[in-house]
Amino acid sequence: MIVTITINGKKESLQIEPGDMLVDTLRNAGHVEVKKGCDTGNCGVCTVLLDGKPIRSCSFLAVRAEGHEITTIQGVAEEARRFADFLNREGADQCGFCAPGFALTVIAMKRELKNPTEEEIRHYLAGNLCRCTGYESQHRAIRNYLEADHA
Amino acid sequence: MHEAPMRNAPTFSVVAHPHKKVDGEGLMLGRPAYTDDLVPSNALHVKLVRSPHAFARIKSIDATEALKLPGVACVLTWKDCPRIPITRAGQGNPEPSPHDRFILDEYVRYVGDEAAVVAAEDEATAEKAASLLKIEYEVLEPILDFEHAKDNPIIIHPEEGIHEMFPIGFEPKRNIAAAYHMEVGDVEQELAASPVRVDTVVYTQAQNHVAMEPHAAFSYLDVQGRLTIVTSTQNPWHTRRLLGLALQMPLRSIRIVKPRVGGGFGAKQHIHVEPYVALVTLKTGRPARIALTRREVFESTFTRHQMRVNIRLGADPDGTLRAIDMQVLSNTGAYGEHALTTFMVAGSKTLPLYNKVKAVRFGGDVVYTNKVSAGAFRGYGAIQGLTGLESAIDELAHKLGVSPVELRRKNMIHEGETSEVFRIMGEGTEGVAMNIESCKLEECIRRGKELIGWNDERLVWEVAPGRVHALGMAIAMQGSGIPMIDMGSARIELQDGGFFKLHVGATDIGTGSDTILAQIAAEELGVDMEDIIIHSSDTDHTPFDVGAYASSTTYVSGSAVLKAAASMRRKLIDTVAMLWNVSPEDVIYEDKAFRTVDGSRHLTLHDFSYDTLYHNGVRMQTIEVTESFSGEKSPPPYLAGFVEIELDKETGKVDVVKYVGVADVGTPINPNLAKIQIEGGLLQGIGMALYEDVRYSDKGHLLSHNLMTYAIPSREDVGSIVVELVDSYEPSGPCGAKSAGEIGIDTPPAAIANAIRNATGVRLTHLPFTPDKVLAAIKAAEGAA
Ligand code: FES
Ligand code: FES
Repeated sequence: MIVTITINGKKESLQIEPGDMLVDTLRNAGHVEVKKGCDTGNCGVCTVLLDGKPIRSCSFLAVRAEGHEITTIQGVAEEARRFADFLNREGADQCGFCAPGFALTVIAMKRELKNPTEEEIRHYLAGNLCRCTGYESQHRAIRNYLEADHA
Repeated sequence: MHEAPMRNAPTFSVVAHPHKKVDGEGLMLGRPAYTDDLVPSNALHVKLVRSPHAFARIKSIDATEALKLPGVACVLTWKDCPRIPITRAGQGNPEPSPHDRFILDEYVRYVGDEAAVVAAEDEATAEKAASLLKIEYEVLEPILDFEHAKDNPIIIHPEEGIHEMFPIGFEPKRNIAAAYHMEVGDVEQELAASPVRVDTVVYTQAQNHVAMEPHAAFSYLDVQGRLTIVTSTQNPWHTRRLLGLALQMPLRSIRIVKPRVGGGFGAKQHIHVEPYVALVTLKTGRPARIALTRREVFESTFTRHQMRVNIRLGADPDGTLRAIDMQVLSNTGAYGEHALTTFMVAGSKTLPLYNKVKAVRFGGDVVYTNKVSAGAFRGYGAIQGLTGLESAIDELAHKLGVSPVELRRKNMIHEGETSEVFRIMGEGTEGVAMNIESCKLEECIRRGKELIGWNDERLVWEVAPGRVHALGMAIAMQGSGIPMIDMGSARIELQDGGFFKLHVGATDIGTGSDTILAQIAAEELGVDMEDIIIHSSDTDHTPFDVGAYASSTTYVSGSAVLKAAASMRRKLIDTVAMLWNVSPEDVIYEDKAFRTVDGSRHLTLHDFSYDTLYHNGVRMQTIEVTESFSGEKSPPPYLAGFVEIELDKETGKVDVVKYVGVADVGTPINPNLAKIQIEGGLLQGIGMALYEDVRYSDKGHLLSHNLMTYAIPSREDVGSIVVELVDSYEPSGPCGAKSAGEIGIDTPPAAIANAIRNATGVRLTHLPFTPDKVLAAIKAAEGAA
């Protein structure tokens, strides 16, 4: 079957099977910036935005995206670059496999929460696992990134 | 922004600065970079059919139905593979791991072991075909308890032809993969003469690496018909060598390419997926791709070696440590990858911490069981040994009624000292004698105490009824590469435009080694980071390196880069001197330009690069150097770990409120990246201490096979992690550096065990310290009291 999804602002018609997960559909369509880490909705590396809200594309049927807007990290590249700068300055990027999904969630959080507390930040991002960094540096980067806008 | 003070910072301009990771932004933007992002669109999809039994013999495989399915390209079984015993462990040559494994075998030895290979045009078809294979098994009784493996009537490796590469104590008929023993002085006599003794046991569990990128590889035949494998690996050259053996191919016919790797931690220091895509490509002539599911990563790659560590200590009443006896039983699972070496490291990278003892002994066995194979994992035995040793040292402090910190300070190793253990114990072979030229443990401890607020009089306090906070600590050491075994090399070539190509075999698996190696080159060549274009790990195009493991990259590969950069500097000066007809001593190279001492001649590096490639007639030449480095020693980094826990006596739940790690890694080439290595290591160690655990059913089925049943720490799970690097300089290291990759993980299990002991008065012996175990221990102690 064919689904039509707007991916990063561009309408794409994609051939899928009814049981296909969105992550595979996106990757097969060349959106390899969406990573695959666990298949069970636990790690967050497959995060994309569905109409602006973060979802796990490994646990989301491609067919359900029909008619919706999907944003990958490539769709917010400008903002991602800004955040990457803060992250890189902390050395908070290691293997980078978690980075696209993590950054997308941070960007969505920034749009959604006004002046989040440390606890709110950790809670919002709890589903984005990172095995490399120990998180501390990511949080230093997030605080600097959020504060930069207030300055 | 907080930064650790850097004694040597003024003398460096690129090194010891927190440069951004060269690939950071590109990876965040999701540019195609990891193996499975790069697969050719016409690749066949490979699925492995895995054993549902912990131990079985394959009686028959019927592929008729599977092969009927449209789109199925091939089904391969053990009968299609060369009968060559191999090891999957990426290690030096000859490997200290036994060759006890076949790509595919008639026997399967754990649930998840590879039984057959299926390849098809798409993933769904491959999966379908895999399910249609009819495999008849003769189910055998497994061994699941590693304490009953040795000399069990069930023999896990009864087959002929398997062998060790050199003596490692390999006795498969007794289920022993490796064994070792050493003694300095007379331990029994020294223990008997010691007025104060402790005798402890700690069981450390199997842990999963959970690198975020699951193992993946693809292969194809290039235009010359050579087999190319792009793979998420930590050791391209070992992979090529092992594959050459497994497939009976000359190494010249194989090329291994490592793209970006999404985390390793030891998980990718092996050949797990490469043989299978290679087989399919060789059979069909088609590109072939495999990407393990997370479940497969859990079921069929490697874990940390489960160990039982028995420690006996003898001391004088004044706290002088006289003897250490460490006896270890290690579980290597179904195959013996890294069996001997992880086990030896349990002693070799812990016992030298207490180098003043009169007698020290280490020994034990590594046994086979019908569980997922164990392999390399950050900490590599040291974390297991250290958990035992540092628990015992704390027990001794309790027994003596002295401060655990002061007891350690009294007995631990200091700068300028040595330990017999360095000379005796290597990794599978004899060790290398070594004097410690940099050891800032005293400073690590001093600063760590400050950061945690250590007070010997107040190691536990109540915060609410039934809830206490407690402190605990441990110290650790690691190594920096394997001396006389690990080798790295670097090639530098001047390009038109005045920048340099830096080619290294060193394998950046996400640690940032490309960045720090470029920093070292830029520092020595007096250029900016942007002037170094680094390319790493391609067996056709970069010089050799053993790979990213054993905390070797900064020290070993970094030294190779430093040597190459120094050679390049000399070669540039020599070449310019020749062109100018002056002696090299009269040429000064500074600020990317050459001039004569008397100032009569001047040439920028930029202009020289054009001259040498385009303008100098018969004297035109490529300016290029290659250098290699192998360490004569392995200077240990050190770390003092301090933890504050909260323990709920009602539920038994332990939370880390704060973890402080103060480390001596020599000069951190990139302070940010070094610090994050340690922060990440600490969290992985905290996960191991508190809940990460590979669990099986009583039939040997893996119960922890996804990220729900095997949880790793999330960002909500730990209070704060504070890492500082102390001023230190290792004279033998590149720009004063030692390693930073593994040392972070070592202390948490011991420090947390010690904090729980301080909180409850009970010594927990079985990791991880889950609420049920903590509660049971508290109850047992109350019952006994
Ligand atoms: S791959 Fe989707 S949450 Fe892990
Ligand atoms: S940087 Fe490797 S998983 Fe986050």
